[in-house]
Amino acid sequence: MSGSDKQPRIERRQFLKGAAAAGPALAAASLVSPQAAQAAQTPAGAAAPATMAVREQHPPGTGQPLAPGYVVGGDHMTDCLRALDIEYVASCPGSTFRGFQESIINYGGNKKPEFLTALHEDSSVHFAMGYAKITGKPMAAMIHGVVGVQHASMAIYNAFGDQVPVYIIAGNLLSEWGRRPGAEAAHSSTDQAQMVRDYIKWDEQPTTLRDFSNAAARCYEAAVSGAPGPVMLTADADMQEEAIHEDHKADLRLPKIGRRIPASADSGTVQELATMLCNAENPVLSLDRYGNNDKSIPLMVELAEALQAPVIDTRGRMNFPNRHPLNVSDIGGPYLRNADVVLAVEPRDLFGMVMALDDEDVRTPRPRIGQNTKVVRLGISHTSQKPNYGGSQRYAPADLDIQADAQGTMPALIEAVKRMAKPNFAARGERIANQTKNLLERAKAEAAYGWDASPISTARLCAEIWDQIKNEEYTVPTETNFLSSWPQRLWVMDKYYNFLGRSGGWGVGYNSAAAIGAALANKPHGRVTVALAGDGDFMMAPGVIWTAAHHQIPILFVIHNNRGYHQETMHLQRMANRRNRAVTTADIGTTIKDPNMDFAMMAKSMGVYSEGPVSNPVDLRPAIQRALAVVKRGEPAVLDIVAQPR
Amino acid sequence: MQKSLFLALAGVTGIAVTATAWAQNAPGGNAANGKMLFEHVGCYQCHGFAGQGGAAGPKLVPALEFEPFALQLRMPRQLMPPYSPQALSDQQVADIHAFVKSLPGPVNRANVPLLQ
Repeated sequence: MSGSDKQPRIERRQFLKGAAAAGPALAAASLVSPQAAQAAQTPAGAAAPATMAVREQHPPGTGQPLAPGYVVGGDHMTDCLRALDIEYVASCPGSTFRGFQESIINYGGNKKPEFLTALHEDSSVHFAMGYAKITGKPMAAMIHGVVGVQHASMAIYNAFGDQVPVYIIAGNLLSEWGRRPGAEAAHSSTDQAQMVRDYIKWDEQPTTLRDFSNAAARCYEAAVSGAPGPVMLTADADMQEEAIHEDHKADLRLPKIGRRIPASADSGTVQELATMLCNAENPVLSLDRYGNNDKSIPLMVELAEALQAPVIDTRGRMNFPNRHPLNVSDIGGPYLRNADVVLAVEPRDLFGMVMALDDEDVRTPRPRIGQNTKVVRLGISHTSQKPNYGGSQRYAPADLDIQADAQGTMPALIEAVKRMAKPNFAARGERIANQTKNLLERAKAEAAYGWDASPISTARLCAEIWDQIKNEEYTVPTETNFLSSWPQRLWVMDKYYNFLGRSGGWGVGYNSAAAIGAALANKPHGRVTVALAGDGDFMMAPGVIWTAAHHQIPILFVIHNNRGYHQETMHLQRMANRRNRAVTTADIGTTIKDPNMDFAMMAKSMGVYSEGPVSNPVDLRPAIQRALAVVKRGEPAVLDIVAQPR
Repeated sequence: MQKSLFLALAGVTGIAVTATAWAQNAPGGNAANGKMLFEHVGCYQCHGFAGQGGAAGPKLVPALEFEPFALQLRMPRQLMPPYSPQALSDQQVADIHAFVKSLPGPVNRANVPLLQ
């Protein structure tokens, strides 16, 4: 058995059958099963006649309790998760991991890890994404064999595209011989990770408990090292239910997490980069998946200020304070065109950073940068790409490709730049500040259009929310590009957790679920989590708010209800116009109306405070006030806001 | 002359002739019908129901004059999808224009504390 190298491995069901037949003979085995031990302690013929009669009618099966002194493989697996500091296991239950789940709950006491009940495997993985973007560490998502993996696959793709560490545990019953009829056979496979291997960083399917420890550690390291991403550890059901004597359980080593030091660029390369930046007349810093922790933004601010260079935050993460005078994200075009050096920091898609591609019949790219612009890529975000999926657009070369962790390189780069800083940098900074100082004013002037409209303007929705959370620590865990980026234009964002970027794979259903995971991570910090999720996104996984209610996760969940998959409405409109056909049918198959959904009623049915539909802008303020009061009590609240499309 | 260039020139010439005709004989528009069309043919999708604009399209207020407005519909600059005469008649374009002209401007920010 897997508890000892000296013993041949015996499958759980095979072992139990054998034990029932062999009786006392097996009691002498060094790793005897508890059932066999019990049988050995009962002398032959000792039972009372009445009991014998009952036994004849009801012969003993294998459903006998675990004997004292024994634990099971699932207990060891639970210890492994604990050793990896995994706090939560998000899961929609499945029989292929019943042994593991029971161990987490009863052996582990449902604490660290704690079981987080999800209503869909896709949601489990998205919960883990939102959680990891706040905490920087993986949550486990435990998913059912085969069908659970299939359900979870889109979210796994999102996690891979977004480079978020997610620790996926898939149930399985590797031994065909040991599978129960029906569901267990249908939900097992010989290679559980095969379905998603194209978009996970690592996977293992250990066949002994001793191997499980190592596999668990390697999967964890793969998830968090380099460009992070999802991994899959398959937990065999036989191993989960395998009995181990406590003495031998101690022999199973547990994973250990050491300190990780990310690779930073060497001093010569840092000096070369600093020289390029300091000698440039118009350097630009363009940031993608850089801001992942509380040190990221202060370091980038220090570099930008040392250079007095403009910064473009492409919002793959929260990378740079939106009110900083050097932040030109919303007016970045001319800066890129005039740049002589662009420092692309942790770009997942360098092509998209330096080239534009319009939705026209012929997809001819337009350069965003000048012909002689030097492009330097600093980061490791492009190193985890795989061949079969288009995580980035066309290939784009960098003039200098520094494959080192950008944040790890920042201190040395800042120091080098400061040593070489020139007096004329200050004038450059002043010019930029003059161009950015009115951005907020411009945003407010634009927000005044459609201010009293119904459906409610997205600008007003965001302005009203901001007015009530502006003194709070907060997180927007949802994408804002479908909201015309109004939060970035009207709010103050200067902490890495103020905004968590996008889904990574553009898989719909991310926002609502990731928001719950982020809110869970924010709970101990007392931060207000404000989800701004579209109605289409929400309907991919509406059960996520039940999870929030069940686990008392505070979150202000605002449904930006434009009654459709609006991006697709626009796509259909473009097709019809381009083909010169009927231009009045773009709502067919793309809108969610007739009848309109009652999201407030849906939320109430799941035990969540809710209001809506709110379509009069005058009603917004009090509705937000009431919902926030609920959130501050530690509960979720849903507002259904009938809103303008964008 | 290459076929594509010929077609492009023909298109521009045609649009120019049409635009001149519009400028001289701009049809009177029906704003109520224009409102219905604005939603029915998808203008709201990018510009918003109030013409306030957003990430997908610019604000429409204050409205362009009829000629550039119609030109933009027939032969759009940038990424707006084109509306041919087959899709929208000149009268319908005029109706939409009348509706856009009727849209209110921005709210007076002096009366809105959130916008000060």
